[in-house]
Amino acid sequence: MAKLAPLGAVPLGDCAVYVEFSKTLDLEVNSAVQRLATMVHGRALPWVRDVVPALGGLAIHFDPDHKSLTTDALTAALNTVSECLKEGLPKAGDVLRTVEVPVCYESEFAPDLAEVAALAKVSPDEAAALHAAGDYRVLMIGFAPGHAYIGGLNPKLSVPRRAAPRAIVPAGSVAIANDQTVIYPYAISGGWSIIGRTPLVVFDAERQEPSLFAAGDRVRFKPISRAEFQKPISP
Amino acid sequence: MSITVLRPGLLMTVQDMGRHGHQHVGLCPGGAMDPLSLALANALVGNHAGAAALELTVLGPDLHFERETLIALVGAEFEADIPINRPVLMSRGSRISISRAARGARGYLAAAGGIRVEEVLGSRSTYLPGGFGGLEGRVLKRGDVVPLAEDATRLSRERFASLKNKDKKGTSVKWHVPAFTVPDREPIVLHAIEGEHFGDFDANVQRVFFDTVWRVAPDSNRMGYRLSGPPLTRTRTDEILSGPTCLGSVQVPANGVPIALMADHQTTGGYPRIAEIASADVPRLAQIAPGGTVHFARTTLDMAGELRKDARMRMENIMRGIGWEYGK
Repeated sequence: MAKLAPLGAVPLGDCAVYVEFSKTLDLEVNSAVQRLATMVHGRALPWVRDVVPALGGLAIHFDPDHKSLTTDALTAALNTVSECLKEGLPKAGDVLRTVEVPVCYESEFAPDLAEVAALAKVSPDEAAALHAAGDYRVLMIGFAPGHAYIGGLNPKLSVPRRAAPRAIVPAGSVAIANDQTVIYPYAISGGWSIIGRTPLVVFDAERQEPSLFAAGDRVRFKPISRAEFQKPISP
Repeated sequence: MSITVLRPGLLMTVQDMGRHGHQHVGLCPGGAMDPLSLALANALVGNHAGAAALELTVLGPDLHFERETLIALVGAEFEADIPINRPVLMSRGSRISISRAARGARGYLAAAGGIRVEEVLGSRSTYLPGGFGGLEGRVLKRGDVVPLAEDATRLSRERFASLKNKDKKGTSVKWHVPAFTVPDREPIVLHAIEGEHFGDFDANVQRVFFDTVWRVAPDSNRMGYRLSGPPLTRTRTDEILSGPTCLGSVQVPANGVPIALMADHQTTGGYPRIAEIASADVPRLAQIAPGGTVHFARTTLDMAGELRKDARMRMENIMRGIGWEYGK
């Protein structure tokens, strides 16, 4: 790809900066941003509090008054980004991790699967199979802890967001809208079409790694039966 | 050692300075809405600034103290049967009753040695949306037993004994600290820099944003403050790519009602950000209750830095004063 260069740096107040690389969703830029974030995070700078890769850029949250800073934090953050870019990003393949997500697509867990299937002009079973066959990537984590925006949906299954969001979507629900899949970490309100549910716990603060997903992960969905869904499993 | 909740008041939770380093997995730092008042409450009982305390909201609780406990309630001007903004030694088996906040919205009740609920991801803060941290990840309710340090009584006695200027009753002191995040009058002024999408709003809407006295809506909470006023209509109608947000970001959803992001905010958002509130002013916003009013003043990053410096110097002065009273 062409050399990655920021479009600009936007202060998010005086304690963070958003370094933007694209204003639209570009999968190559998205992947590069994730690797850049890993690199910046890896420097373990004492004044940096959080490095957050988003769809088209990354945010660096900092302590602007940290005693280790020799320049203002905004400049230091931008210098860090330039240094990392100059050094060169790790190759995409080097940081890829695959997360397998068992999903039960049975109707009691998939209230919107029939509707999605009808729109795609296939049977619910075929729609589930299409969803499970895809090769997916985590584009961004946001909205709620562990809530991953997962790209790579078969265009046949692309449906708009639902006109009326549901007040409560059960935790673990696998839902689609436009060209993305999400998995709800908690029972929260949501406007995406629910096509299945995973027994995995998406975010568990008590776990060594609280979030099941990280930005950049490759994701595979594996169809499971009702009986398998109810079996206790460990990720 | 513990404190028992006899009556919970409104939205009382355990909070400290929050958990940094998890925003990349969608978890915001959270923590005290007004960290400056938390730091003062802790200093008054001899704790480090980030020890866990009770965060009170608008209506305070009735509490029972199992053993002798040194406490301090700082922040909003709560009507209470103990003096506020100073250390108070509660005797064994005593109780306090805290009612409404006459001014401000949030108070911090710190106890010597801190509140000792389990740490989750490096913090004792309650994160309500995720249901973890604090006491069982929830708002405190009647009958809850809030754990204190095992040696809280010893710490309480020793620390109170070292205070110089005690009052006549011998249970508190003759002085108090100023709760400088609590507003004298409203609307309060919030300094804000232009947000990434400020230019997406036409000149008239931009002017309206800075000219309006905004009212904090009833459905405001620890995640965000909704601001009632004239709707802010964006000129452009294309969807923006979801991007990161920050404490103090002011987002404008399609309905035109701006939302100022507070401690438990979402880490990313797809709404245009019209402004970013200077970090020094966020604790002051946290002291505005629903129905209260705010006003935005345009500022620069440099000025936001000056405001931070000013707040830091005021804090350092007060902290020095407290240290002196403790004979340090």
